[in-house]
Amino acid sequence: METLKVKKGLNIAISGNATHETVSARKPQTVAMVPDDFHGLTPKVAVKEGDAVKVGSVLFFDKKHPELKVTSPVSGTVAEVKRGDRRKLLYISVNVAEEQTYDPFETGNQTPENIRNVVFGSGFGAFIMQRPYGVVANPEVTPNNIFVSAFDTAPLAADYNYVLAGKEVDVQTGLSALAKLTNGKVYYTVNKETNAALRNMKNVEVNEMNGPHPAGLVGTQINALCPINKGDVVWTMNIQDVALLGKFIRTGKIDFTKTIAVVGPEAKAPKYINTIIGAPVADIVNGNLINDKKLRIINGNVLTGEACAEGAFQNPLKNEITVIAEGDTADEMFGWIAPRFNMFSNSNLFTAKLARCLNKNKTFKFDARILGGERAFIASNEIEKVFPLDIMPEQLVKAMIAKNLDKMEQLGAYEIIPEDFALCEYVCTSKIEIQHIVRESLDYMRNELE
Amino acid sequence: MNFLKKTVDRLEPTFSEGGKLSKLHSVFDGFKTFMFVPNTTSKSGVNIHDAIDSKRLMITVVIALIPALLFGMWNVGYQHFMAIGTEAGFWQQFWFGFLAVLPKLLVSYIVGLTIEFIGAQIKKEEIQEGFLVSGILIPMIVPVDTPLWMLGLATAFAVIFAKEVFGGTGYNIFNVALVTRAFLFFAYPTSMSGDKVWVRTRDAFWWGAGENVDGFTGATPLGQLATSNSADPIFHNILNQAIGFKEAFLGLIPGSIGETSTLAILIGALLLIITGVASWKTMLSVFIGGALTAFAFNQWGPDTAIANLPWYEHLVLGGFAFGAVFMATDPVTSARTETGKWIYGLLIGMMAIVVRVLNPGYPEGMMLAILLMNIFGCLIDYFVVQSNIKKRMKRISNK
Repeated sequence: METLKVKKGLNIAISGNATHETVSARKPQTVAMVPDDFHGLTPKVAVKEGDAVKVGSVLFFDKKHPELKVTSPVSGTVAEVKRGDRRKLLYISVNVAEEQTYDPFETGNQTPENIRNVVFGSGFGAFIMQRPYGVVANPEVTPNNIFVSAFDTAPLAADYNYVLAGKEVDVQTGLSALAKLTNGKVYYTVNKETNAALRNMKNVEVNEMNGPHPAGLVGTQINALCPINKGDVVWTMNIQDVALLGKFIRTGKIDFTKTIAVVGPEAKAPKYINTIIGAPVADIVNGNLINDKKLRIINGNVLTGEACAEGAFQNPLKNEITVIAEGDTADEMFGWIAPRFNMFSNSNLFTAKLARCLNKNKTFKFDARILGGERAFIASNEIEKVFPLDIMPEQLVKAMIAKNLDKMEQLGAYEIIPEDFALCEYVCTSKIEIQHIVRESLDYMRNELE
Repeated sequence: MNFLKKTVDRLEPTFSEGGKLSKLHSVFDGFKTFMFVPNTTSKSGVNIHDAIDSKRLMITVVIALIPALLFGMWNVGYQHFMAIGTEAGFWQQFWFGFLAVLPKLLVSYIVGLTIEFIGAQIKKEEIQEGFLVSGILIPMIVPVDTPLWMLGLATAFAVIFAKEVFGGTGYNIFNVALVTRAFLFFAYPTSMSGDKVWVRTRDAFWWGAGENVDGFTGATPLGQLATSNSADPIFHNILNQAIGFKEAFLGLIPGSIGETSTLAILIGALLLIITGVASWKTMLSVFIGGALTAFAFNQWGPDTAIANLPWYEHLVLGGFAFGAVFMATDPVTSARTETGKWIYGLLIGMMAIVVRVLNPGYPEGMMLAILLMNIFGCLIDYFVVQSNIKKRMKRISNK
């Protein structure tokens, strides 16, 4: 076991961390799966409106790799196959039946072939993220290594010590199943806060990584432990999804019930909610909002999550729902010179860092404002300070803006996905939409090179 | 506050596209964002943003320049009254300098910002803050007696041809303020060098006129050393009294308006370093490069006054400190990698001293050194980036 330390990074001091309390969400009437949540998957619909489905029945699958399926987390009848402009599939919703019935899977056979069939057949394959390009895993490829992080350092992230307490067997079963999908190793990274039960896993290489965000991102861990080279394929999976997979392998029954942290400065009582994935967000945050201003409800954390539109469904790949103020009527005056004691910044142009030195637990309320205008890159060594990977972020982003494939490849574009750049985008003085640039460039690379 | 907000909201349609004054949209937008932090919220990517923005960044540089500017104003008055042999109190000296410098500030800002506003309007972009800094730098790096029309012309040239044609703030290769100075230096050398321009001997706004006292010489210390016939590194004030390191460090010498006081510049440097706005690595390496080169000339150089000038006096004379703190650290034109900054700074310091010592035509080499290294900044970065690329390639071949 190696113990690594991340020096560059930033813990954003945002208020509204979840207390260790879990309640069950209101039972949803409908649940929906959104193809856009599974980036890189081109959906082909497998059901019609009115069809009866069971838990684990295929809703849609990938056109290029039909083995890659997204399945229904509940049983009931297909309510809507919703399409948007140019017949793009927006979501498939299912009316939840009273009695849940399950599609049968044979999980007792532990051969690698069967595990692979079961993982992809049950829909868990869509929960595996592939690098390069940051897309859902290609079922035809055997990855060089698989990475799982046992902790999340993102702002207000779910505490897996708490969420997975008592589910360590599931985590172990899931990790052992993943180990059968690769010829290399499963790298399992913990930090010093990870409890002993979650730390002692077999069939994996356990490493410890400490430090501020993004220490908990698999991208940081991959880069430090076994960086991706051209031609390599690495899979990653969120630990809560590993636990769900483990439970499925152990029992043969799919249970897509997850523990989601509802957090943020505008959440009335930040806590954990047990819910089925793909449930309406409104059901999950029901009664837990401070409703005195316009709110932004985010599927995921503040750095990588997406603002929910009216009637949105929980994103199956996320473990948080964050509520912040929209802030579009703030009208803050003379921001260029006012002291602004209530603002958080990684720079010393504000007092936030000093205040945090005096009071370690001081937190700040955030809203969704950009707090400036978009400019060209001006400040230097700014995004580098929060980017611990052995990659030159500014130069890579510039190569991406220029669509220079050779330079992207040389500067390490195979090793990263948008979330690795979230902190860079957060601190950027010039307010450049770095994650958007990275996402587009990775898609462009994949189109050109694959 | 509410009243301001209402006024802005009421005027907005007039200045927006289709409104009566839509041609002034960029001006309106500039003033609006000056008063209120934009209320735009993020549409993609991160949902929250750091409170820092380029306005605050640029204003911090301007604040860091204030000590040097105020001292420069006072020094203009101090040198003036010394030259005409009139006793004057502190406030009289400052007031005279203020009146002499203010028109330069106004010309620089009015010319530069007008071009920026027009540029922003044509490009349909937001007004950018870069010129806030350039606009205050320009009057600080010229002699007090450079005519205003020349200053305006040079500013216009620099903003258009060194910045706007490249795409605006963030895209320029050369430091805009230094291009202004270089334009003046090569187009109107008699108004930028010699011994007639550094001390205001005539009036400022019809006030404070007088006759030069006997023995007055208006050359800067570096000018004196460059033309000195002896090999003794001795320099004088404008009344021909010998002065040394202390006077030069405090800034009681003739020179460009903002550059004379190393002390005031270091106060600004401290602010820039604490706030992290400018790179301490660049600053330090410029000083190291200059000190080492000057020391080498002290030891093994030709036997001339300027080569014999002690290395520590090199650092406090002329524009060396000002260039190191405020010009070399311009993030846009400097090397952008951390390793690159060390090399970039060292080379600036070395080049500046080399030009000073070996080229009698140019008593001061800081401007040329920085402009030269502006070109090489990208090249230095290229090699630093290349080493990162090579490491990645090696990883593959090692497998």
